[in-house]
Amino acid sequence: MHKRLMILALILLGTRPLNAAQWQGPPATPGLGRPASAAEIAKLDWGVMPDGSGLPAGAGSVAQGERIYAMHCISCHGQGGLGDGGDQLAGAVMQLTDEWPEKTVGTYWPYATTLFDFIRRSMPMTRPGVLSDSEVYAVTAYILHLNGILAADAVLNASTLKDITLPNHEGFIPMPH
Amino acid sequence: MRRPGAAFTAYGNPSYYEDRVVRFAAPNRQLRNNGAAWTPLHLLQGTITPNGLHYERHHNGVPDIDPARHELLLHGLVKTPSFFSMDALLAYPMRSQICFVECGGNSNAGWNTSPARSEAGYFHGLVSCSEWTGIPLSILLDEVGVDPAADWLIADGADAFAMNISVPMAKARDDAMLGLYQNGERLRPENGYPLRLILPGWEGVLNVKWLRSLKASKTPIMARNETARYTELLPSGKARMFSFIMQTKSLITSPSADMHLAHGPGIYEITGLAWSGNGRITRVDVSVDGGQSWAAAELQPPVLARAFTRFRIPWQWNGKPAIIMSRAVDETGAVQPARAELLKQRGRHGFYHYNAIVRWAVDETGAVSHTYEGDNAQAIDDFGLDSAWD
Repeated sequence: MHKRLMILALILLGTRPLNAAQWQGPPATPGLGRPASAAEIAKLDWGVMPDGSGLPAGAGSVAQGERIYAMHCISCHGQGGLGDGGDQLAGAVMQLTDEWPEKTVGTYWPYATTLFDFIRRSMPMTRPGVLSDSEVYAVTAYILHLNGILAADAVLNASTLKDITLPNHEGFIPMPH
Repeated sequence: MRRPGAAFTAYGNPSYYEDRVVRFAAPNRQLRNNGAAWTPLHLLQGTITPNGLHYERHHNGVPDIDPARHELLLHGLVKTPSFFSMDALLAYPMRSQICFVECGGNSNAGWNTSPARSEAGYFHGLVSCSEWTGIPLSILLDEVGVDPAADWLIADGADAFAMNISVPMAKARDDAMLGLYQNGERLRPENGYPLRLILPGWEGVLNVKWLRSLKASKTPIMARNETARYTELLPSGKARMFSFIMQTKSLITSPSADMHLAHGPGIYEITGLAWSGNGRITRVDVSVDGGQSWAAAELQPPVLARAFTRFRIPWQWNGKPAIIMSRAVDETGAVQPARAELLKQRGRHGFYHYNAIVRWAVDETGAVSHTYEGDNAQAIDDFGLDSAWD
């Protein structure tokens, strides 16, 4: 009998809260977050958006970019960005509707800001983070130059980069989800 | 006389007689820590992938993260930007869900002009299925107070690649999970230890491993891996983007390529896996005559939404050449397409989201190989991992 009562009590406990007062209103959640300070957020908030927000100070030229590219990028991305183990970045002969399309920054990528965001966070693969913001601007400028988007004497900074529209900007169809 | 057996092990391993049941890794030729490793689906049974065999895809190696020093930051368009330590996260209410995770690039050798010669898992095994346990993401989103204008969450990983990608807020609120456990134990390092996103049924790349921050945003960031990659070029020259849902798919895992019907004519079980990011699998049809006739296979319970479903059907092999194939249907009515149909819709240069019916040819000796409709099974192999794994 005692055992049966115990089981009954356990069933009741399972269906009714132990302390009704603490179960009023919306379900309580632990709330164990620690408010983040602006300085703490700044260290991790380094993404660059298509409208240019998030682009840092600094500037770099195509010529500077060519030197940085030769040092850090050429071993995978090849002479002139033609690709060699790493992505082909430039020099597409085939267009996207050709039998063997070449998806480069010039033929495929929709946003120039992506180039900056990606190089700064991920490149070079063997030493990510080694480039300063100005060096990232420079190598971005060089890759855009290789794609015929920037002139040989161009200098890239937050304001000039956000105004660039890549040739395939309209080339994407968002899928429903 | 019998000899006493081996002593206890602190953490068990498979029998050494099973040492061929391993992942197949294809690293980038210049950067050996970048690439993918396939689950040997053809050597496994049931529906749950052992943790040591879960597929791997990382972009710059597996980071070594001390959980005592790892925090998740929720920021952007939120009322109270906050850090959550791993200790804190482990105190939250959790739930478990069995679901697959599939790389968007899985089965991409199917786009090649001649049939890949690799075993089923080393061709289609960038998909695995686990019981994931973690915190419903909506709990933390409510705690920090997300601005209703924020339609996206931008996720960042703590790996050397600093993977970033945009996740629709609707999915984040619906069934997204902050994954902590995989098949009962904490995540494996190569699967995101100590914290990863789990987005049931959605492309692997969105299930960000080594998760470090989530930023609420009005717009997506248009990261490299949602623009230059993980988008599908169509014959029109336009490309699909945000193609998140992994579509209806199935595969006969046995008999499959490189196997042999060793016992001559007789009864063989045809078995395989079916899955869909849309929901539950409702039917798997199997053909042994190259698609002229089909029979419904038995779906082994439990049949769960966005999880591997094991199908089985007995087959009386008469010793003559046969083409065996499977075709899955899900609860939305989506039917796995024939390869020719997929190529017609998508062309040959989309790379991602290949989900066509897979055909295995059985010859009169019982040898099994991969074949395309109308193709010579002896065609040369052009399965080369291209730079898309960079």
